[in-house]
Amino acid sequence: MSPSTLAGLVGATLVGLGLYGLVLHPHPLRKLLAFNVIGNGVFLVFGIIARRGAAAGLSFDPVPQAMVITGIVVAFAASALAVALILGLYSEAGRVTLDPDAWTKPGPEEGK
Amino acid sequence: MTAAIAITTSGGFLLVLSVLLPVAGIILSLVTGGRYASSITLGLTPFGFALACAIAFCVGRTGNPVTYAIGGLPPPLGIALRADGASAVMLVVTAMILSAAALYAREKFTTRRGGGESRSALTFWIMLQAIWAALTIIFVGGDLFNLYVALELLTFAAVPLVCIDGRAETLAAALRYLLFALFGSISYLLGVALFYGAHGTLDIQLLAHRVEPTPVVWTAAALMTAGLLAKTALFPLHLWLPPAHANAPAAASAVLSGLVVKGSFFLALRLWFYVLPELPTGQAVAVLGGLGSAAVIAGGVLALRQARLKLLIAYSTVSQIGYLFLVFPLAAGAQAWSTIGWSAGLMQVVAHAFAKAAMFLAAGVLAEAAGHDQIAKLGGAARALPLTFLTLALGGLSLIGLPLSGGFSAKWLMLQASVASGQWVWSIPILAGGLLAAGYMYRVLAPALSDGEISMQSPPRRCPQAVALALTMIALALGFAPQAFFDFIEIGRPLVGAS
Repeated sequence: MSPSTLAGLVGATLVGLGLYGLVLHPHPLRKLLAFNVIGNGVFLVFGIIARRGAAAGLSFDPVPQAMVITGIVVAFAASALAVALILGLYSEAGRVTLDPDAWTKPGPEEGK
Repeated sequence: MTAAIAITTSGGFLLVLSVLLPVAGIILSLVTGGRYASSITLGLTPFGFALACAIAFCVGRTGNPVTYAIGGLPPPLGIALRADGASAVMLVVTAMILSAAALYAREKFTTRRGGGESRSALTFWIMLQAIWAALTIIFVGGDLFNLYVALELLTFAAVPLVCIDGRAETLAAALRYLLFALFGSISYLLGVALFYGAHGTLDIQLLAHRVEPTPVVWTAAALMTAGLLAKTALFPLHLWLPPAHANAPAAASAVLSGLVVKGSFFLALRLWFYVLPELPTGQAVAVLGGLGSAAVIAGGVLALRQARLKLLIAYSTVSQIGYLFLVFPLAAGAQAWSTIGWSAGLMQVVAHAFAKAAMFLAAGVLAEAAGHDQIAKLGGAARALPLTFLTLALGGLSLIGLPLSGGFSAKWLMLQASVASGQWVWSIPILAGGLLAAGYMYRVLAPALSDGEISMQSPPRRCPQAVALALTMIALALGFAPQAFFDFIEIGRPLVGAS
């Protein structure tokens, strides 16, 4: 098995594990971590493409590497925003849940 | 249309200017602070509108897309910006609806003379301009990875608008929205990686010449589409949309429902009609049409069951988004009817944008004046707020698809395309969706027009009512769109000139 095949399989596994976590874990923080696991799988796939690509006859294709850097920055910004929202939600409500019914029961407008 | 590599055409610099304008506004707003952010945004909107009109004029005059190769490097080395008929129309619509939302929000998110700056005002105006910048890049971007970054910018600008008031309920809605969007973006990114790995370019035009019906291309297309569906809130990935759109401030809801979901839908159009048009996409587009039909019905039924006006309008968005996806089976291929299907799809995008923005703004006026938006307690509201309910009723007219409205043109053209193409099965959701829309509009208007006394907490302001009414008038006027409009949105669409 060549190194790039192995790396590809690892990438696919990471994406699969992350997807499982994203769908099944109810807590937003775990969902966020699962998103980061998927992200790492995707970045690994980009790495293999950079290794294999060599569209212009180079031994490495620099374009996917540039994309990975952008992708990492975007994923970092997204994680930071999500953590900020989770912290804001915790300080506002004292608990963190995505269940929409949890908020509609008291009905903030109906008290008026 | 030639398949030549994109080079800068006359008027290409307008595309760069239209991206730079809102970005410059964001930087200026950050530097000067919330006190001046509203004036900066409002001051920039006429220029943005003029730029969008100028781009549309350039596209219409030459009959060819306007392109700009950044740094003078043509793809695949460089990145191209490209505006065809559909993008030019979307740019104009974006400028109009953002201007309307900015005018509506001017009084709510302003810093009083002598008063302290509020963080929500600064956030609102900066995020509004950020949405503008991101949508502009989405409409003119010619490179799939560039479009990924634009899609992320759009999400990062839209999520804070949802939770701008900082209540726990809105924070939870924003978090849900963000998690769905993150799934969507990472799925899209994986598709981009596979496309690049298979064909060595991400430029839409170059890729269109290189793609072949191989497993890797189908996987990439499926991943990107799944991601875009999550961001567009197509049934069954719509769960985030109603709480997010219903809890945002009215001006933000109008922009989110009218424009932001259209951004990711536009990318789905780009993928299936610009990157993959030469491939046999019959089964794939049928799946998209099926999901769209399910969304039309499910969104309509759920809208019928809502107790709050803003939630009802948000579920109506879920239903109307379903209509958009009927475009995929109705405009596929290069037959005579696919032109009708394409016209119908773009008309639905534009008509829904205006009608839904107007309805959210009207619901905002009502919620502010009455202090609540419970449908059951709206007795007599139409007498107290006649202009607002006129706006809601006329917007509903377009959603239902009654004649002489943009919605009617869109749904009539869709029916024509479904009959002409022999895919009559799509006419069932088209008609059923109209009936459901009539049902939920009746639910709003019947109690409002009945006898009763609603207590007004504050007198309604005139400017927001006028803005909402103007938007809904545009949605109605689209029903009179001339043939030239439909010819215009065909400009630059692949396969049309070729066959």
